[in-house]
This record gives sequence, structure tokens and C-alpha cells, in this order.
Amino acid sequence: MPPKSYAQADSTRCASCGACKHECPKGAISVWKGCYAVVDPELCVGCGQCAKVCPTGCIELKTREEAHQ
Amino acid sequence: MNSAKHWYDYFWIWTIVYFILGFFNILFAWLGMFDFLVPLLFAIFGGNKWFCNHMCGRGQLLTVIPQIPHIMHKRSVKRWRESGAQGAVPKQRLIFSRGQATPAWMPAKWFRYGFLVFFLAMFGNILYQTWKVYGGATLRQAVTLFWTFSVPWDWAYTAGSSPEWVAQYVFGFYSLMLTSAFLGLILMVLYKPRTWCSFCPMGTMTQLICRFRHRKEL
Repeated sequence: MPPKSYAQADSTRCASCGACKHECPKGAISVWKGCYAVVDPELCVGCGQCAKVCPTGCIELKTREEAHQ
Repeated sequence: MNSAKHWYDYFWIWTIVYFILGFFNILFAWLGMFDFLVPLLFAIFGGNKWFCNHMCGRGQLLTVIPQIPHIMHKRSVKRWRESGAQGAVPKQRLIFSRGQATPAWMPAKWFRYGFLVFFLAMFGNILYQTWKVYGGATLRQAVTLFWTFSVPWDWAYTAGSSPEWVAQYVFGFYSLMLTSAFLGLILMVLYKPRTWCSFCPMGTMTQLICRFRHRKEL
């Protein structure tokens, strides 16, 4: 069963510094062509480490139910 | 956190070495052009921020410093357990970063782009001062911190060891590097470790280049 929550990055606010990518224990985050961070929801376990280190505060944890609505 | 280490994960050592070298001989500050040009080359020719994401010594240093008290605490807890002591585990008292949320205006577009313009204007001023010394003006052997405070730095340059305009450029460039390092460290303490990255002019510039290069896919 997949974890209840997963991280989502706001591409308009992301500075694409890559701090989240380094912190992710599952390698679920990549920086799309230097423009913004992208989280793979399939790999994300919703631990929130990326949101904790993100200097712009553009990463939020969302529940999977929210995403399906 | 990703535990596999690569050779480029140690560029934070380079950042420290750079400032030490510049303290003793200002001409070493020319090496800082590496941090200035390579990210731009990655962005222009590669269309990515690989340098910022993997090789930025400044960003790495701001990540490494706050980890030091955590590592020290872990070791002391281990020693405490091994000693057979009873009671509550000692709390970590020393922290180098408060980890507070960055104020919303710092990563806001108006501030990021405004700071980039300011940074480029200050860089333009360095070039202007260099040009003036090339034209015969007197070399100023000082480092200017926060674009305001002039700190004498005359021990770091021996007259005649290079053309004076070469030295004038690096006095300015080293001032810029030192100022941004201090700003990064102050913000690291007050907010999240890599708060500086949220409006780093190099990061903003390379992101703009990447966004321009991939504008059709955005």
C-alpha cells in the first residue's frame, strides 16, 4: 500500500537549487532541466525531509486522496 | 539523505581553501572565477543547473556546517550509552542553524531578480574600478564587505607581483565572494541552512538561462 502523503513542488517558486534532491532518501526528486524540482509520487514516501530543507518553502506534503479529488 | 558520496560532494573544502588562499595572497582570488563561469557554461551549453545542484561549494558548505553539531551530539550520545549512564538521553544544545522558515519575500521573484540586478551592478562597478586602475588610478588594497565597509587587506598583495589592474579586479571580486559567504552564513544561522540559495544571483541567472533554453517545453 503506498504511503498516505507525498511531496509536491511548486514550479513557480522553486529556485532549482537541488537541496531537496540531496536530502531525499528515496531518490524521488530530480531537477527538471535546471528549471524546477520534480517529485516522483511513485517513489516518494512522504517523509517530508525535502520540505524541511527547501529554502524557498515551495515543497508541500499532500495526501494521495487530495490528488485524486 | 542520500548517503553515496561522489568526488564532487567535497567542493565545500575548496570554498574554505579559496578564502584562506585569498587571505594570504589576493591573486589566488582569481580562482574564484571557476565558481562564476562554470555554472554559466553548464547553463548555456548544457541547459541545466548541474553545477548548482552538485558542485556548488558554497551550498555544500552551508549544508555541512549545520551538520557538525548533529554529528558531535550523536557521538556524545554514543559515548554516554557506552558509559552505562542512566536517565534521559542528553539533549543537543549546540545548533548552527535555527531551521526557521525563510521569509516569503526572499524567494519572491521581485527580490530574486532585484538582487540579481544589484549584484550585476556591483560587478559592473568592480570592472569600472579595474578599468580606472588600468588607466593610471591608484590601486586600493582593501576588501569591501557588504558593499560598505572597507577592510584593509594590504598584506595580501606585493607591489609589482602583477599588473595593478589585475590586483584591483581580484580585490573587488574577493570582496564580492566574501560578502556573499558572510550573507549565506548569517542566513544559515537565522533561517534554513541553504536560505542563501533562494536568491543566490548565480542560481537565479542560471535558472533564467535554463528557463529560456527550455521555454517551449515549460
